[in-house]
Amino acid sequence: MNLNNLSVGLTTYLLVGAMLFCLGLYGVFSKKNIIAILMSIELMLNAVNINFVAFNRFVWNQQTGNHYILTGHVAALFVIVVAAAEVAVGLALVITIYRNRKTTNVDEFNWLKW
Amino acid sequence: MGTVIFFIFAILAIAAAWGVVTSQNIVHSALYLALSFAGVAVLYVLMNADFLAAVQLLVYMGAVSIMIVFAVMLTLRGDVCNSNPENRHWRQGAVIAGLMFIMIALVIFTNVDWRIIPTPWLGGGSAEDLSLLLLTRYMIPFEAAALLLTIALAGAVILAKGAKESK
Repeated sequence: MNLNNLSVGLTTYLLVGAMLFCLGLYGVFSKKNIIAILMSIELMLNAVNINFVAFNRFVWNQQTGNHYILTGHVAALFVIVVAAAEVAVGLALVITIYRNRKTTNVDEFNWLKW
Repeated sequence: MGTVIFFIFAILAIAAAWGVVTSQNIVHSALYLALSFAGVAVLYVLMNADFLAAVQLLVYMGAVSIMIVFAVMLTLRGDVCNSNPENRHWRQGAVIAGLMFIMIALVIFTNVDWRIIPTPWLGGGSAEDLSLLLLTRYMIPFEAAALLLTIALAGAVILAKGAKESK
């Protein structure tokens, strides 16, 4: 099997990324549970990673003249690092809020509102 | 062959993401999330990003999914079958997400200036190539990422455990 002569092009990968991103966006808008919202954010970050890697794989970098610069991979790696940090801090916040308020429903997180 | 594998796993990833946002049971949502991450990892392999696929499996499927499952278990109250409901604005959310997708798809299909590489790229995103970049050209961001992870680790522990009041 030769993985290097795929007929699947950049457009298809970008469409997959766009679909994942929009599903994540829908989840952020429509869910009540804050953990579900964090999951949707993870989906969106994944979609962005797909786009980074796809552009790095398929698009010619004119400035350097070659495409053996893995800048997209490095960017995706940093996105993964930030996502890991974000989910750690986010879930710690969720647990703290749950301990004080006994809820994970974002509609009830309104005590900064006056 | 590669095309078939691509479509199988792309559809798997998208269907699992659909399951994440539509499932009424948040435990099922978490499991669908792990499945979606696995599908995306296969897409990375198809794009020659071997190291990123490994990192995706280790960090997302191994760490993030497990942490989300733990948070779900620590915060679950009441009936698990209805633990992940929609709020009352979900229709507007669906409309906005659909419009967003249409817009992105229009941009993708109408832009012909992608400068696709003329020959298939045989290089791979192995750990060796990536480490050369990370330790030379992107050294400062690399160190900053290490610092960020350390601070996030300490911050998560302090937030979840609760810091003692200093006198």
